[in-house]
Amino acid sequence: MSEILRVENLTHIYGIGTPFEKTAIDDVTISVEKGEFLGIIGHTGSGKSTLIQHLNGLLKPTSGKVFVAGKDIWQDPKEIRNACFKVGLVFQYPEYQLFEETVFKDIAFGPRNMGLSEDETESRVIEAVDFVGLSHDELKKSPFEISGGEKRRVAIAGIIAMRPDVLILDEPTAGLDPYGRDEILSHLIEYHESRGTTVMLVTHNMEDMARTVSRAIVINQAKVMMSGTPEQVFARADELFEVGLTVPQITRVFVELKNKGVDIGRPIYTVESAKEAILQRKGGGMGAS
Amino acid sequence: MLRDITMGQFFPGDTIVHRLDPRVKIITAVYFIVVLFIIKGFWAYALTAAAVMTVVAISGIKIKFIVKGLKPLLIVLIFTAVLNALYTPGEILWQWWILKVTKEGLIVAAYMIVRIMLLIMGTSLLTYTTSPMKLTDAIEKLLSPLDKIHVPVHEFAMMMTIALRFIPTLIEETDKIMNAQKARGADFSSGGIMKRARALVPILIPLFISAFRRADDLATAMECRLYKGGGKRTRLYELSMTKEDYAVAAISVIVLTGILIVGMKVL
Repeated sequence: MSEILRVENLTHIYGIGTPFEKTAIDDVTISVEKGEFLGIIGHTGSGKSTLIQHLNGLLKPTSGKVFVAGKDIWQDPKEIRNACFKVGLVFQYPEYQLFEETVFKDIAFGPRNMGLSEDETESRVIEAVDFVGLSHDELKKSPFEISGGEKRRVAIAGIIAMRPDVLILDEPTAGLDPYGRDEILSHLIEYHESRGTTVMLVTHNMEDMARTVSRAIVINQAKVMMSGTPEQVFARADELFEVGLTVPQITRVFVELKNKGVDIGRPIYTVESAKEAILQRKGGGMGAS
Repeated sequence: MLRDITMGQFFPGDTIVHRLDPRVKIITAVYFIVVLFIIKGFWAYALTAAAVMTVVAISGIKIKFIVKGLKPLLIVLIFTAVLNALYTPGEILWQWWILKVTKEGLIVAAYMIVRIMLLIMGTSLLTYTTSPMKLTDAIEKLLSPLDKIHVPVHEFAMMMTIALRFIPTLIEETDKIMNAQKARGADFSSGGIMKRARALVPILIPLFISAFRRADDLATAMECRLYKGGGKRTRLYELSMTKEDYAVAAISVIVLTGILIVGMKVL
């Protein structure tokens, strides 16, 4: 696999020279492989939002560099808009940025800004709508008359339609009901698998993280605290608790079980793997008796 | 970019200027403005400048921020100076076609610039050192006599409090929406005036929707707590004058009146 995104010694300080000066990102170095499904975990105010806004050039680093596909995005500041097309960023509560008359036009906003032809725009909109699982009937509706979960999917489609090399989503399931949450996550997994696009999921929901990502980075107090597979990260539960984060509920259940003498022999962090483990143990137990 | 707006911004601190009763600050500021527009002559301005600088020094506000607050007025300053320099009759120094610069004009222009700069510096000190909440409290208290003639002072103060309270929220919201649209490749900084105006639509529509939503939520929240304006509402923090406040008030009146006397004698 090759590297698609690289952040080198990135530091960002807000309000330099004012009484409100604050270091939001402190000497962070991250490397993202092409096709990876990466999770970024961090408490509110840990600097994760600031970090992702550097990846598509919305924020300029106070010091340090950001490379997309091997190219320093700030090399030519006039071309910074291109970074937005390469690295698609879906903000938190993205449904509040919808503004067009119809869903179609709203999703087409990005591709049109890229200067694509009408035909190309249309095919991209259709493709994006299919990826997020909206029906084509919705395209003619106003984005203000559809449900909250649908609005969010329209907003995500608006970024997907730009066909970015890297798709970053900031808390895409925040404030949704369990059904809406499942819908969005499963469509994301599908999108990642079929397109092979690099996806970065920013969240403090450990269940979402456990279900989706292959690698997780934990940000705490403007620095990278740990990085590794979900197993490796959740294995350090004590450290996560210390900084106000947690591990998935199901992991906690199995940690308690282990304390009570029922050792499953491996860490569990999704309900599916828990089911398997229990069935296996039950089957194995029955075989032995 | 929107974070850089300094005019009317509050810089917290714990100096005597910050602690001072906001009513004293407002009345002093008003007296300061009146004095500034009456006085004439070099010494009066020099004294005022010295007084303003002293207060700036005491308040601990960096000169950088005071200067930054003056920047948006640059055009107004230049405009005033040029008009005054050209249209004041007197001894002609330089003439071209119908334009003539007079000696008196130059002097008036210089005074005008100093006057406007001092005005902004003095009044921005008020907003730099007083939290918006304290300011509205003080305005409500100062205007409360109007309640007698059925002016809804409390309601106005409440509206002002809410408006002030939401300025940072809306700025933050605008910032967020702008970033979200930029992430979709929106371009706000190039093209002609029509293109730029059209580029604002993707910001304004979501912003208005969000402002209405917030207003609605706030109204519901206030109603849930049975808010009903006016009447005998008490406050958590009552404004009260301390010895320090009286002392500062007295000193300010003496200094400003002194400047006024100096400034009028030159007439």
